[in-house]
Amino acid sequence: MAKKLMKGCEAIGEAAIKAGCRHFFGYPITPQNEIPEYMSARLPQVGGVFVQAESEVAASNMLYGASGAGVRVMTSSSSPGISLMMEALSYMAGSELPVVIVNIMRGGPGLGGILPSQSDYFQATKGGGHGDYNCLVLAPSSVQEAADLMADAFALADKYRNPVLVLGDGLIGQMMEPVEFKTEIKPEDLPPKSWSTTGCKGRKPNIINSLYLAAEQLEEHNWHLQRKYAEMVKNEKRFETYNTEGGCDVLVVAYGTVARIARTAIDELKGKGAKVGLFRPITLWPFPMEALWETAEKSSKILTCELSCGQMVHDVRYAMMGRRPVEFFGRVGGMVMGPEEIIEQVEKLAGAHA
Amino acid sequence: MHNEIVLAGFGGQGVLLIGKLLAYAGMKAGKEVTWMPAYGPEMRGGTCNCTVVISDQQIGAPVTKHPHGIIVLNLPSLDKFEDAVRPDGIIVVNTGLINRLPHRTDVVVVPVDCNDMALEAGTAKAANMVALGAYLGASRIVDVDLVKKALEDTFAARPKLIPINLVALGKGYEIGMAHAPAAAAR
Repeated sequence: MAKKLMKGCEAIGEAAIKAGCRHFFGYPITPQNEIPEYMSARLPQVGGVFVQAESEVAASNMLYGASGAGVRVMTSSSSPGISLMMEALSYMAGSELPVVIVNIMRGGPGLGGILPSQSDYFQATKGGGHGDYNCLVLAPSSVQEAADLMADAFALADKYRNPVLVLGDGLIGQMMEPVEFKTEIKPEDLPPKSWSTTGCKGRKPNIINSLYLAAEQLEEHNWHLQRKYAEMVKNEKRFETYNTEGGCDVLVVAYGTVARIARTAIDELKGKGAKVGLFRPITLWPFPMEALWETAEKSSKILTCELSCGQMVHDVRYAMMGRRPVEFFGRVGGMVMGPEEIIEQVEKLAGAHA
Repeated sequence: MHNEIVLAGFGGQGVLLIGKLLAYAGMKAGKEVTWMPAYGPEMRGGTCNCTVVISDQQIGAPVTKHPHGIIVLNLPSLDKFEDAVRPDGIIVVNTGLINRLPHRTDVVVVPVDCNDMALEAGTAKAANMVALGAYLGASRIVDVDLVKKALEDTFAARPKLIPINLVALGKGYEIGMAHAPAAAAR
């Protein structure tokens, strides 16, 4: 199929449809409105359902219902809207429902602003809702990767019966790049979900529930979830490295939008003394701890760059276990750092004595 | 080859559209491209700009502080972006709405009365196409025929708009071509 020039938001919508998603429930918020806009036009063309709910709370609970009925379903929102969905997300994690939730992050806290940000990392990777649960968190760095990861998100959600978050920001959502859709799955070709509530005539009823009043049962349910999360940690870590062969004087760790900007900075620093490379986590949960350490082990210093006040840097420091110094550079509020700012930070760090 | 271009004007002048045509043509030429609109809480008639990057290599940052060229359709855009252009870059300035020329002497300036030429082509609304044509003529960044093809594809649902816009693009291209030797020399 020929490449098309598409906005990140539109590519996310089309990729979901190509992954067999025919159900979208959402509520408008900038900077991701192009996703529901696109889905509201496209889903009726393919026999799907688009509902603009009365609120994010309603939309997220519609996800619960549709997923329980066994269909591929998604929503998208931006930071404050995602906060409103956290109760339902915890319920879906507890009830083991496969859903895909796209967060095109904007600056916070509170209503914040509408410009790009990465300040929902903690919410996405460390909880957000209540209880001991984890979501798979995928962080695209280009429009093509956003499309590819949407296909993976639906597959992983079904594989683990678990919510999957796709974490982008206003820049990934609003930018246009060439994109190619590599696979197309028809909903009717997906394997049936034997656990779903589709009418129990002739079989035992299926129950989708997160309420376990008996402590022994709830503890066993929690251990069951933890065993599942351990499988995800074992199997699903993803990352990419750039210019790290042979080790680096400074290893930049960044994801999503910032990883692109760091890449430009690294290209401009080539042949100017300090050797600089990039480690880009693609899964933020599970975080690629071991791979990061293997890359960092051959490097002297680590610089974590984020559009936040310092969130992923906690995981980076955890991966280092004090074995390498980790510095942090962040811009917030919708301010996006330029390559020259990363270059300045790298040069400062490379010049400093360890 | 790696080129970063900022296209700016006020809302409604069609700077996002000509940015898309440029990016689309770059993609058809087999290049890596990005198109990034500056989005924010803007009101109607407010400023509007986008950044297009066309490159032989994978593109990192889709925004830039120092573009290789700018297309400015109104005065606030010239004021905002003139000093950012890299030395030896290109500035296409719409003299139909901007009553001063750039003060920079280390860049190639392409003055073009986009509004007047668009009127000659048949509609003042095509001023953006004149400007894009002028930039293409001076920079040769992508083949103008690919941009024409992009324009035809984009306006496929409203075919009667195609000829006027093609004429406007061509008029701008001719003016830009006159500046191509100066641009190439730099």
